[in-house]
Amino acid sequence: MSRAAETFTTGKQADREVHAKALRAWLPRHAVLDQVEELRPYECDGLSAYRKLPLLVVLPDTVEQVQAVMRYCAREEVPVVARGAGTGLSGGALPLEHGVLLSLAKFNRILDIDLVNRTARVQPGVRNLAISEAVSASGFYYAPDPSSQIACSIGGNVAENAGGLHCLKYGLTVHNILKLQVVTVDGDLVTIGSDSLDAPGYDLLALMTGSEGMLGIIVEITVRLLPKPESAKLIMASFADVEKAGDAVGDIIATGIIPGGLEMMDNMATRATEDFVHAGYDVDAAAILLCELDGTPEEVEDDILRVTKVLQRSGCTDLRIAKDEQERQLFWSGRKAAFPAAGRISPDYYCIDGTIPRKQIGYVLTRVAEMGAEYGLRVANVFHAGDGNLHPLILYDGNQPGELERTEELGGKILELCVEVGGTITGEHGVGVEKIDQMCVQFQPEELTQFHALKQAFDPKQLLNPGKAVPTLSRCAEFGAMHVHKGELKFPHLERF
Amino acid sequence: MTAAAIPDKDIGEQLCQTVRQAASEGAPLRIQGADTKAFYGRDSEGVVLDVTAHAGVVGYEPSELVITVRAGTRLAQLESVLADKGQMLGFEPPGYADGATLGGTVACGFSGPRRPYSGAARDFVLGTRVINGRGELLRFGGEVMKNVAGYDVSRLMVGAMGTLGVITEVSMKVLPVPAREATLTLSMPVEQAIRQMNAWAGQPLPISATCFHDDTLRVRLSGSEKGVAAAVAKIGGEAAGDNGDFWRSVREHRHPFFEDERPLWRLSVPQGSPPSMLDGDWLIEWGGGQRWLKTEAAAKTVRGSIADSGGHATLFRGGDRSSEVFQPLTSRLLELHRNLKNAFDPERVFNRGRMYRDF
Repeated sequence: MSRAAETFTTGKQADREVHAKALRAWLPRHAVLDQVEELRPYECDGLSAYRKLPLLVVLPDTVEQVQAVMRYCAREEVPVVARGAGTGLSGGALPLEHGVLLSLAKFNRILDIDLVNRTARVQPGVRNLAISEAVSASGFYYAPDPSSQIACSIGGNVAENAGGLHCLKYGLTVHNILKLQVVTVDGDLVTIGSDSLDAPGYDLLALMTGSEGMLGIIVEITVRLLPKPESAKLIMASFADVEKAGDAVGDIIATGIIPGGLEMMDNMATRATEDFVHAGYDVDAAAILLCELDGTPEEVEDDILRVTKVLQRSGCTDLRIAKDEQERQLFWSGRKAAFPAAGRISPDYYCIDGTIPRKQIGYVLTRVAEMGAEYGLRVANVFHAGDGNLHPLILYDGNQPGELERTEELGGKILELCVEVGGTITGEHGVGVEKIDQMCVQFQPEELTQFHALKQAFDPKQLLNPGKAVPTLSRCAEFGAMHVHKGELKFPHLERF
Repeated sequence: MTAAAIPDKDIGEQLCQTVRQAASEGAPLRIQGADTKAFYGRDSEGVVLDVTAHAGVVGYEPSELVITVRAGTRLAQLESVLADKGQMLGFEPPGYADGATLGGTVACGFSGPRRPYSGAARDFVLGTRVINGRGELLRFGGEVMKNVAGYDVSRLMVGAMGTLGVITEVSMKVLPVPAREATLTLSMPVEQAIRQMNAWAGQPLPISATCFHDDTLRVRLSGSEKGVAAAVAKIGGEAAGDNGDFWRSVREHRHPFFEDERPLWRLSVPQGSPPSMLDGDWLIEWGGGQRWLKTEAAAKTVRGSIADSGGHATLFRGGDRSSEVFQPLTSRLLELHRNLKNAFDPERVFNRGRMYRDF
């Protein structure tokens, strides 16, 4: 990774001029950016520690233009990185020095809403929240709600298989889309999925979802719309110890209730957010749980009673039910603001995205705290407790020499811990460039080889977002060798479930 | 065959060896579980690769809502293990015959009446172990609800008819069994039934299955006592108890509609599509999304009838099994399929021609 400011080398500048000129044959002049000051805003996505100036940025606004760009780049063998709103947290949209950055920001129209079949056909640059807003008056919404939903685009959501606060009950992006229009690496337009509940042939819809821009350029998405639950109530429970809060989550599931949302925050996270948004959190608790129950008013009444009993039995020290919709939104606002809140108590923070079996939560949080102490770094924890998706936020100061490197190393260790306990290195943020080394821990060489073969089936020349998501075997050998040499890789042959 | 009669066994290594041998000889294999799905897909030649002995529950954590089982495990056994803990498979898979295995069900991508309301087989698959055409045992996905590390090969295997690999193990999300179920019946013509099913689906009602046949619409509600009672009052119609036998008969194709010598077509269409004018007998499920048709009409006629709807048609049972029983793909999609087949099974060992003639 190079964080140094780049200067244009002569050879690169020549390439830039040639390709810009050629692409302007299909795109309006202003849709091809080739000046350093124009390229600068695109040098990173939401993972700002990694920066690279692209060769060019193109901003097409028709599918035909995307096809033309891909045909040209395929012929000239110029790699292409697709970018939506640039909110991704794993560097999936990090540009390539010698590659074109293809921004889909201009694809921002909702094309069709079909309330009978409960679907919406949208362009990839449409913001996640804009879909729900467009159908809200008709009583519908689009379920996946990543914390960045106000800004992130649906195309990026598909590329990363984005989740959110309500996944346990309503699923991830892959469960909530029906059809894609995809431009292939050589500029063909293919339809994947269908307007029906399934499509003939292989499940390419699932394969494209979460493929991090490695298999094709998504130019249109048909999403499922769900009727808004009639009623939603939120319980907030405090716990004096993190492990008890973790156990309470299992106890709730054991009753046979699937909450609409089930979130946990540790003390450092609640303190940070409380100072920021004043959500009314219990800042003395070691952990708080937010449990949302939704459905018909009758169901919700039933469920609230049952969950309240469970939480009391599980040893919560305090329990509050949001008294109205306004308070429910207030309680949620703290959780949704957890990341920026971390940004207020520390110059920088680094978000981890491991997922673990829930029963391991106590052990993992204890180990994370110990490791944080070893590295001299503070860690705040927010946790999609219902589905085991952990977001430790490592607080650091990028201006202190060596602190970012220590942070990244600690982050890597936390991910390896997640794998060790039967989890995964990424639940919803994607691998991108950030977690590429940890892929070597999660997968065996034969599995990585199979991934490469799969990419080959779509992109034989390796032009789509090359170098991301799946490491080469030689990279893994280097990474592994380095760690074994230092005697730090504790689980070289561990089982990955 | 009783569920308890199948011993737990891991024959993964043995299966890998057989595959490696077949790959080196270029000899095709026909992957077979309990052989209850032989009627489905295209005819396929090859030596039988029997996976039924590879059976047993590998891990089950009810509080995590996850179960991991070997592919030869009988559906019936799996369902009883889950039922003991008050849980179930959310996609309510059909077995179509006694002895059906989970591996076969997942490979065919079969889902039952609950599908439009809870999700399909692919929605519940969290991870798989798969033997590819080089005889390597690979693991994809995992046992956690959210996992975006690597391409989603696990879901790619669902419905691939074994053409990409031998599924040896599957981890699945499971759901709690609802506290209460109730079925209502309403009399109405088909147009109204399709409109009605879609209107309900646009409201937050705890519907878990719908079926229209013979001017009768049946609706199943699942959820808490109070939630179901409130929905019963809202929907109206006649109460028919939980009517479990009826839903089982539709799921397993034992309903009298399916007792018919004519070829059976499955039409998957957008749920609100108007009824087809095509001649034949119809049974409509999945809120209008899955329509069964008994007809002697030619494939071209059946597929032509839904060409504009955005749907597709499968010759599900009977008819010419050497024809393209699945909806033909566009040439570019077919090319992607061929490439994927080559990526997983370069010697074309597995289930040759079972899905499409080309591979």
